[in-house]
Amino acid sequence: MPNPASPKAELEAIAQAVDRVATADAATLAELKTEYLGRKAGRLTGILRSISGLPPEERRAVGRRANELKQELEAAISSREAALESEVARPSDVDWTMPGRHRWRGAKHPVASVVDEICEIFRELGFTRVSGPEAETEDYNFTKLNIPLDHPAADEHDTFYLGPGVLLRTHTSPVQARTMERYEPPIRIVVPGVVYRRDPFDPSHSPMFEQIEGLVVDEGVSFVDFKAGIDYFVKHFFTADTAVRFRPSFFPFTEPSAEVDVQCQICHGSGCSTCQQTGWLEIMGCGMVHPAVFENCGIDSERYTGYAFGMGMERITMLRHGIPDIRLLFENDMRFLSQFVE
Amino acid sequence: MIVSVNWLSAMLGRELDPDDAAERLAMLGAPVEAIEHVRPALDDVVIGVVEKVEKHPNADRLTLCHVDAGKGVVEVVCGAPNVREGAKYPYAAAGAVLPGGLELEARKIRGVVSNGMLCSARELELGTEHEGIMEVRTDAAPGTPLLEAMQLADTRMDLEVTPNRGDLLGHKGVARELGAAYGAPVKLAVIPDAPAEGPAPRMVKERGTVDGVEISIEDVEGCPRYMGAVIRGVKVGPSPAWLEARLRGIGQRPINNVVDATNYILFELNQPLHAFDLAKVRGNRIVVRRAHPGEQMVTLDGEKRELTPEMTMICDGEGPTAIAGVMGGGDSEVSDETNDVLLECAYFDPKRIRATRRKLKTSTEASYRFERGTDIEGMTDVLRRAVALIRAVAGGEEREAAIDVYPKPRKAQAVFLRPARVEHVLGTPVPQEEIERLLLSVGFPVAPKVGRLHVQVPGWRPDVTREVDLIEEVARLKGYDSFPVELRPLRPSVVPDDPVEPVKARVRSVLTALGLNEARSLSLSSQAGEDAVRLLNPLSVEDAHLRQDLLSGLVRSAERNWAARERDIRLFEMGTVFHAGGEGVPRESLWLAAVISGASAPPHWSSSGKSPDYDLWDVKGMFEEAARAAGADGSVVAAAAGWELRDASGEQRGRAGMLEADRPAWAAPLFGFELSVSAAEQPYVAYRGLATTPPVERDVALVVPDGVTAQAVESAMREVAGALLVDSRVFDEYSGEGVPGRSVAWRLVFRAPDRTLREEEVDEALRGVLTTLKERLGVERREA
Repeated sequence: MPNPASPKAELEAIAQAVDRVATADAATLAELKTEYLGRKAGRLTGILRSISGLPPEERRAVGRRANELKQELEAAISSREAALESEVARPSDVDWTMPGRHRWRGAKHPVASVVDEICEIFRELGFTRVSGPEAETEDYNFTKLNIPLDHPAADEHDTFYLGPGVLLRTHTSPVQARTMERYEPPIRIVVPGVVYRRDPFDPSHSPMFEQIEGLVVDEGVSFVDFKAGIDYFVKHFFTADTAVRFRPSFFPFTEPSAEVDVQCQICHGSGCSTCQQTGWLEIMGCGMVHPAVFENCGIDSERYTGYAFGMGMERITMLRHGIPDIRLLFENDMRFLSQFVE
Repeated sequence: MIVSVNWLSAMLGRELDPDDAAERLAMLGAPVEAIEHVRPALDDVVIGVVEKVEKHPNADRLTLCHVDAGKGVVEVVCGAPNVREGAKYPYAAAGAVLPGGLELEARKIRGVVSNGMLCSARELELGTEHEGIMEVRTDAAPGTPLLEAMQLADTRMDLEVTPNRGDLLGHKGVARELGAAYGAPVKLAVIPDAPAEGPAPRMVKERGTVDGVEISIEDVEGCPRYMGAVIRGVKVGPSPAWLEARLRGIGQRPINNVVDATNYILFELNQPLHAFDLAKVRGNRIVVRRAHPGEQMVTLDGEKRELTPEMTMICDGEGPTAIAGVMGGGDSEVSDETNDVLLECAYFDPKRIRATRRKLKTSTEASYRFERGTDIEGMTDVLRRAVALIRAVAGGEEREAAIDVYPKPRKAQAVFLRPARVEHVLGTPVPQEEIERLLLSVGFPVAPKVGRLHVQVPGWRPDVTREVDLIEEVARLKGYDSFPVELRPLRPSVVPDDPVEPVKARVRSVLTALGLNEARSLSLSSQAGEDAVRLLNPLSVEDAHLRQDLLSGLVRSAERNWAARERDIRLFEMGTVFHAGGEGVPRESLWLAAVISGASAPPHWSSSGKSPDYDLWDVKGMFEEAARAAGADGSVVAAAAGWELRDASGEQRGRAGMLEADRPAWAAPLFGFELSVSAAEQPYVAYRGLATTPPVERDVALVVPDGVTAQAVESAMREVAGALLVDSRVFDEYSGEGVPGRSVAWRLVFRAPDRTLREEEVDEALRGVLTTLKERLGVERREA
C-alpha cells in the first residue's frame, strides 16, 4: 500500500467499490475478489488485520464498519457469481416458454373441503361447530332419538355392534342428545363426523362415511324458520338461483319430517342420468325436532321447538366434482387426491 | 310397494296420468322410485266369439270352430277340450305374431284350413295354463284388442313407503292419498259375479265356533283379534282373467283362485289373509297361542324352524300349522283337492311380529305389513269382501256368519289438536276450517271443541298418536311448498365451538403446504391385539377391528399407489384411533400420520429432470413442523431408529422414521410419522423486539467423538454462552481421514440486544464454550 490512507477513508473507498460488483463480468469479479478479500493482500483483509494496532478510540468504529463491509461484499460477490453462472448456462436469447420450477403442493381431502365450507355457511346463521364420539350407546344412537329398537325405523340403520348396547354410531345425531342434555337453548350447532353403516363397499355405499348434522333449539322456532335455514344453506352452497323443494318424509326424531331436493346441478332440471331423469337431487333429511326427543333430553317440548337436518358429505362431494364411485374417496390414490390441489 | 295405475284409476273413477300421480305422491311423502309401462306383445290378438263348435271331419280330438272376431266369421281348427259355444277367447288371425315370435299362417290341419288360432294363456305368455284355451269374461265386442279388453297394458309405480305408513302398502291407502290430492272419492271396484255379501261376523270373547270349527285365542297380547270364516264347496282352479290381470299388473304370479283372492285383498286393503284347507285342520280347531320353548315346525319354504315363546303360533288340534303373521306350514295349504276353506283374517302385534321375523331371519309380504301395523278396526269389512271374492272366483257357500274373536275390543283413538299450536309449530296461520278439511280428506273426522279440535284417528293410521302427528298431516296435505321461506330474527348458539377444529385446520394448511395430500381411510382394520376393539358383526375378517393407529393404513395406501406405478407418494391423515376402555365403550383419540416416498420436489429440466428423493432428514423436519402445528406439548427426541415425540411427563406422543413396506424394487424408501393431536390452545405470538445492534458470526468446526450427539453439543453451547448466543446452526458434517469421530461445523451468532458486542467479548464467550465442550464432552475445535 503506497499511500496508506486513514483506515476510515480506506473503508469509504471500499464501500464505493461494492457497487462495481453488481455489473462486473466474470474476470473482473475474480479480480475484485482478490483485490478486496484476498487472504494475503486484500484491502479489507488488511484493515481487519490492522485493527488491533489502532488507537482504542478508533478501534471499535473501524472494526464494526469493516465487518459490515466484509459481509456485504461477500454477499454481493456470491449473488453476482450465481447470476453470471445462469447467464453462462443459457444462450443469450432465452426460451421463455421453458417450464418454471415448482414445489410439491398438497390438497385438502375434497370431503374435508366440503365439510368446512358447509360449516362456514351455517356459521353465518349463528351455528357453532361441535363433535362427539364415534363409538356410542344404543341409548344415544337410538332410544333418546325416539327410534325404538322394536320399530321398523331401526332397520334403516344397519349397525356395527362393539358389545351389548355399544355400537358405532349410525349417524351424528347422538350429539344432538348430548348437546341438549348439557346446554340450555338457544342451541344452534352443526356436527360433522364419520358414521358407520353395515353396508359393503359398492359405487354408492361405504361402511363408513361423513355426515353433517344440524340442530336448532329455541323458543318460537317454526317450520318457516326451518325452511328458511335450509334454503339459505342451499343457495349459498350451490348457486343463488338453485331451486329447492321440501318433500314430506319420515324420520323418528323429526316431525314434520322432510327430504330436501335441489335442482340437478348437472342438467339444471331437464333430466339426466345423475338425477335419474327427475331433474332433482336429494341432499338431506330433516324436519322439526320431535317433541319426544326433547322430552328424552330434558327439554320442555311445549316451550321449545327446533329443527334438525342431516346430510351425507360423500354424496355431495361426488355431485360437486362429478366423482362416479364413492370408493375413490377412500383409496388415497395420489393421482386422485392431487386433482384437488387449490 | 308396487302399485298398478289401472287399479288406482279404477278406485278413483278417473284415468290417472302416471307422471302427475307420481309427482303428487312424492309431494305427499311417498316418492315413486320407478315408473314402468307394462305392455305385453299382444297387439295382434283380439277377442273372438265362438259361434259354433263342430267336430273336425278327420280327427276325433279336434274341433272346427266358427269364430267371429269382428271381421266376419272364420273357421278355426281347435284342439282344446274346453272350447264352448258362446264363449270369448283370444283370437290371433293368420299373419299375427305371438309373444314368442311365432308368426301364424293359414294352413291345413288334417285337410281343413285353419284361419288363425284360439290361444291358451301359455301361448300368450299370460300364465302357465295350457290344458285348454283361455276364456275371457268380458263385455268387449268381438274384434276388440285383447290388451284393451283385459286391461293388460298397465303402468307400475314403485313407491317408497316410509316405515310409519303401513297403510300405503295397499292400493286403497295409496288411492286415499291421491283422492285427497285430486279431490276424488275412493271406491272399491265391484267384484264381477259376486254373490251378495253374507252376514256380519259374530263377535265373541276368547273363543267361539264357526260352522263346526272352534277358534280360540290364548295369546291375546300377540293376537288381539282373530276372525275366521268357513267357505264350503269351493272349486280350486285358475282365476278369472281380470283377477290374474290385476295381480300380474303388480308383478305377482297368479297361483289359484283362492290364493289369488287372498293376495288381491292383501294388495288392495293391506290385510294379510290366510286360507287353510279345512280338511287339513286337524280336530276342527284353531288355537292361537305362544310357541312352547323348544317347539319346532317346518314352514312352507321347507325350513325347519326353532320356535320361541315370543312367537305366536296358529295351531290346530294337534300342533302348530303356521307362525302367526309370518309364514304358514306346508301341510294346511289350499291345493287342487281342497273343498272347504277356513279363511283367517287376524291382527298381530307389530312388535311381536318384528321380534319373530328377526329371530327367524325372514320377511314376508304378511310380516312386512303386520310389523308396520294393520287396520284392526277395518277387519270386518275386509273379511266380508274377501269371502265374497272367494265365492265369486271359486264358488262355495258360507253357511254361517264368520266368527270374530276379539277379547278386548279397542277403543277408537282420538287426539286433540290446538289450532294455535299448529300456527306456533308451522310458523304461519292455518284457518281452522282448512285444518278440518285437510284432515277429513284422508279420513280423520274432526269435532271442534273449545280452543281445540277432537280428531278421530282412523284404524289404518296407527302412527298417529299425538298432536304433532296431526300437525305434520296438516303441513303435508297443505303442501310443504306452500309455506314461505322467510329468514326471521334468530339468537346465536350458546354452545362453544369444538376447540380441536382450529388445530385440525392448522395441521391441514401446514402439511398441504409441505406438499402432502390429505388421505381418508376406513377406521376398520384387520389388526387384532390386546386392547384392540373388536366388532361383533363385521362385514369380513379384514374389517373385524377398529384401527389402533393411522400409520399402518397409510402404509397400505402407499403400497396401493406403488401398485398403480406411482413412485412419488406424499400422504397425511387425521382421524380417530380406538383402544378398549372401561365399561365397554372404547377410548377414542385423534391422531395425525403421514408417509412420504420418492422425489422431494417435482423434477425440473434445469437439474436434468432429477430431484433428490426424500430422506430421513425430510421426515424429521416434517415431523417437527407437524408436531408444532398439531399443538403437541413436547419435544422430538432421537430414538432407536428414528425419533419420538415426548410430552412433558416423558410419555411418547408420536414417532417418526423409515417404515417397513411391501415395496417394489423401483420404489424409493418410505418414511413416515404419527403423532397425537391435542386441542390445546396455541397462545398468540408474543412479539419480540427487533435487534438494532449488529450480530457477530463465528464459524466453528468441532471434532465430535463417537457417542456424543449434536444435540448434547448444542445444549452445552447454549448453556455456557447464555443469552448472547442468539442462534446456532449446524451447517456441515464431515467424517473421514484425519478426523477421529466426525467433524461438525456450527455457525454461531452472538448479539446483545442493548449494545454492540466487542470482538473480545465474543472471543471470550467462544473460549468458554470450547473449554466446557472439551471438559464435558471431549469435543475439540478442529485444527484447520
